[in-house]
Amino acid sequence: MIPELGHFALILAFAVAIVQGTLPLIGASRGDARLMALGRTAALTQAFLVILSFGALVQCYVTSDFSVANVVANSHSAKPLLYKITGTWGNHEGSMMLWTLILALFGAAVAIFGQNLPDTLRSRVLAIQALIGVGFLAFILFTSNPFLRLSPAPADGNGLNPVLQDPGLAFHPPMLYLGYVGFSVTYAFAIAALLEGRVDVAWARWVRPWTLAAWCFLTLGIALGSWWSYYILGWGGFWFWDPVENASLMPWLAGTALLHSAIVVEKRDALKSWTVLLAILAFSLSLLGTFLVRSGVLTSVHAFAQDPARGMFILGFLIVVTGGGLALYAWRAPKLTPGGLFQPISREGALILNNLLLCTLAATVLLGTLYPLFLDLVTGEKVSVGPPFFNATFVPICAPLFAALCVGPFLGWKRTELWPALARLRIAFFAAIVAAIVAGVFVDGRATLAAIAFGFGVWLIGGSASEFIIRARKGRLRTMPRSTVGMSISHAALGVVVLGAVATASWNTELIRTMKLGESAPFGDYRATLVKVEPLQGPNYTSERATIAITRDGQPFTTLTPERRMFTLQQRQVSETSIQTNLLRDLYATLGEGDVQQGWVVRLYLNPLAPWIWLGAAMCALGGFVSLSDRRLRVGAPKRKAATLQAAQVSHS
Amino acid sequence: MRIVAALLALLLAFPALAVEPSEMLPDPALEARARVLSRELRCVVCQNQSIDDSAADVAHFMRVAVRERLAAGDSDKAVMDYMVVRYGDYVLMKPPFKARTLVLWLGAPLVLLVAGLALFMAARRPTVVPVAVPLDAAERQRLDKLLDR
Repeated sequence: MIPELGHFALILAFAVAIVQGTLPLIGASRGDARLMALGRTAALTQAFLVILSFGALVQCYVTSDFSVANVVANSHSAKPLLYKITGTWGNHEGSMMLWTLILALFGAAVAIFGQNLPDTLRSRVLAIQALIGVGFLAFILFTSNPFLRLSPAPADGNGLNPVLQDPGLAFHPPMLYLGYVGFSVTYAFAIAALLEGRVDVAWARWVRPWTLAAWCFLTLGIALGSWWSYYILGWGGFWFWDPVENASLMPWLAGTALLHSAIVVEKRDALKSWTVLLAILAFSLSLLGTFLVRSGVLTSVHAFAQDPARGMFILGFLIVVTGGGLALYAWRAPKLTPGGLFQPISREGALILNNLLLCTLAATVLLGTLYPLFLDLVTGEKVSVGPPFFNATFVPICAPLFAALCVGPFLGWKRTELWPALARLRIAFFAAIVAAIVAGVFVDGRATLAAIAFGFGVWLIGGSASEFIIRARKGRLRTMPRSTVGMSISHAALGVVVLGAVATASWNTELIRTMKLGESAPFGDYRATLVKVEPLQGPNYTSERATIAITRDGQPFTTLTPERRMFTLQQRQVSETSIQTNLLRDLYATLGEGDVQQGWVVRLYLNPLAPWIWLGAAMCALGGFVSLSDRRLRVGAPKRKAATLQAAQVSHS
Repeated sequence: MRIVAALLALLLAFPALAVEPSEMLPDPALEARARVLSRELRCVVCQNQSIDDSAADVAHFMRVAVRERLAAGDSDKAVMDYMVVRYGDYVLMKPPFKARTLVLWLGAPLVLLVAGLALFMAARRPTVVPVAVPLDAAERQRLDKLLDR
């Protein structure tokens, strides 16, 4: 009965979403308070129903209800409880349920926290949010129903893919979706603003916390995914420029641009039309990411054509959301009045440069991801776009972005002088030069580009620290707004990520060899000895675990215990890496094939500063959360007076 | 989103991981060159994996082929050319600059150039801005309070 309850709740949620997506819109255009008030109730009801439905699905997984086809396909009774729960969203249907759940929760959050919004704006935002919900609910109900029953029910399920049975990946999709879906709120605000014909300082203030929250979660989601691939895929890589990764990077880049341009709207009442466009693009790129991953178009254009129902649905939805949003933008944006004037050398100018470069980066990733598909579709010719392409195109654009990033916060609004700002950065500049020279001369004489990139990392940290210290010295530490503190943290964090990525990618040491029991080999400053390999029994796998002793100058240093797990049910081997970290470097080991006679293939890596990549990303998100805790965002923005609003409506309708 | 990547990777992946000790060349300098080249070559049956990362059989044969050519004294360029002749442009992780890939290579820089130029022109042109609808006194007061001014 539980699956049916879940299914019915989902159908009801669909009906409620249709009501929420239409009546409040009509109410807002007619000024009917009763219809507008419906938006809030409907949003809360819809959220309740979707929670109920999602809960029912989780319940099916937890109790291993094998009369449900989705549970059979993706779960097994012998699986640990954590992975039974997280397995709920480890498949297509379940992940769409998670998406819809988060969408409904964001809708409810707008209804709850948006009390101070003007009625028309709030009801329009909730309606747009609901229309997006209608699309996804219809997608689940008509093409990807997770509650389908099987009769007769099999005795047990097929189990979850072993690589997904991992804590890192269990929480990666919820984080990522909180980011993706969070941009739907920003999108809804942008569409609502276009319908109202009004974008102003207050609007920017209302949108900012939602954008910031979405951006923080997306940052964490991407970092978790990268961390997972680092320790599970077994060769120490952390970013592969895989289309699936690119799909999450594009909305992040657009979202970062949006975060910055919204500041200009908030402080200076300028860049309004551009900010609205970015809000539309950020969510469109989130949807594009979903389309790329969910439609199977990445595997091959032909796989997409073979089972087109799902792909066509998302593609259609993507076209409606993006095309509709852009059409509305083309129609209404010219009516947005331009705001404050400024000179090129100013805070506004720096933020425009930031937007220009971030959008170019997003365009690079977009082209690199879609071009192979496009070329295959049009000419049938196959082309590969991999890491070397992105290293050649993406990385060079980062250089001016990073160079300008430290200067921007020193510039004043409207018009300012460049030299005083640069003079304050002289310490950071010298630190960066010294770091680059040290890296280039002492660490690795051949990796010139890596040394320069390392210098940029130091520049980012030094520049952000200088800005913070100069501000603090003026005695403004106590009154410093949290948003400024958050900015300093996030900017410095980017430098930490750069240092980690450059050092790991360029200066790692590796040892790949076949080792017999008792054999040892030199490894950097260390010596590795294969002590023993023993069989182990896990809950739903058997495993072979090696013990590798690492010594330094003859003294025992540490022990690494990589495993090779055989998941009995799926007959799949998964390599479990063993990582010993001191936060400055990772000692990383994996165990390959082998036996007593031949010896085992052992892979050892020494990855300098590797943990900094994820620490930096976490710090970056932390900066966002600190900024989110800013008093001014908590207090909320002023309520526009009804009279002004009506006047604005009259003038624009 | 990585879930699908993992699933796809698994469909094609095998328990062994990437470069095998048995494939490696005894000369460390040659082996280092082989590793660099391997990262530029795509495993033809994999999802976006270089032969250096891939555990597929084809990748193994491609790695061996690269090392054979290097051991025979070929230059890096000659090895890459050899692989392209055998497997086509598809094996290059960085697609060659040709008519077909013009948009791919120049698209983003063009965006930057055009947008930058447009901004530059806009900055040079003296702008006449219509007067914005001002906030009324009460709105202004509340805003000032919130902005800590």
